[in-house]
Amino acid sequence: MQSFKPFLHLTRHAAALLACAAFMPAAHAATPADTLAGFTTQAGIAAVAARGQEFFTKNHGREWTCSSCHGAVPTQTGKHASTGKPIGPLAPAFNAERFTDKAKIDKWFRRNCNDVVGRECTPSEKADLLSWLISIKPI
Amino acid sequence: MSLQSTTWIIRVLSAIVAASGFTTIAMADGNGRAVPLLPLYKQECAACHTAYPPTLMPAASWTRIMGNLSKHFGADASLDTVTLKELSNWVNAHAGTYKRVSEEPPHDRITRTVWFDRKHREVSTATWKLPAVKSAANCGACHTKADTGDFNEHNVRIPR
Repeated sequence: MQSFKPFLHLTRHAAALLACAAFMPAAHAATPADTLAGFTTQAGIAAVAARGQEFFTKNHGREWTCSSCHGAVPTQTGKHASTGKPIGPLAPAFNAERFTDKAKIDKWFRRNCNDVVGRECTPSEKADLLSWLISIKPI
Repeated sequence: MSLQSTTWIIRVLSAIVAASGFTTIAMADGNGRAVPLLPLYKQECAACHTAYPPTLMPAASWTRIMGNLSKHFGADASLDTVTLKELSNWVNAHAGTYKRVSEEPPHDRITRTVWFDRKHREVSTATWKLPAVKSAANCGACHTKADTGDFNEHNVRIPR
């Protein structure tokens, strides 16, 4: 049996590496369209892109608006309003990572709506916003 | 290639994969006290600002910061409970304990510590006001390797 030991080790290590490779990139993968569909179902009404654009642009009575960090146009790199750290474009057509990770989406909507609106955003507001962001395509 | 040597190579590769998340070393105090930056810490905290090495403030300051993330220097930086617990444990375990950081700085700001002032006393007011600097919290404006936890003077480049 002695000769099988190295082979067992090999299989174990290979299996561990394969397991990592298989699970890491796919952990929370979703498309922006899936995410929008989820918010629309929760909202119970159809999303309106124009309403999302208005929400993004307008001041909700607090110091920061969405544009303060994400830039006037969400197709370009923004800048954190207090630290100056670069923030990748928000529109999915300009940044493939956007709206693909549920935990990340929930975390940033919670934080940013609190900072910009002073409360959590409703599913309808999230659906409107996302439908507008998805509609922005490179010319 | 023998089976033994293949096994050995795979073991070495596995070790490299396991270690790669911990290659960033914080040497902020310049005294060789190195703390590898936890990948989760970089992922969560460095999304908005420099991954400040936890050695720069005492545990009491970090405990207050981690306990009040929903009101974090003017922004909501709240985390889910699992992530919060893991990061709190890590910053507390690596908080500064040596003489320089024995004080709890005002408002728990690293930039308000006595040693920060002393280390930056040659930096002019005009430099602090440069658009590329903007804030004393923007370490990376001058410390070119700040994002890896390297604050060595030799890597300082002051923008014009």
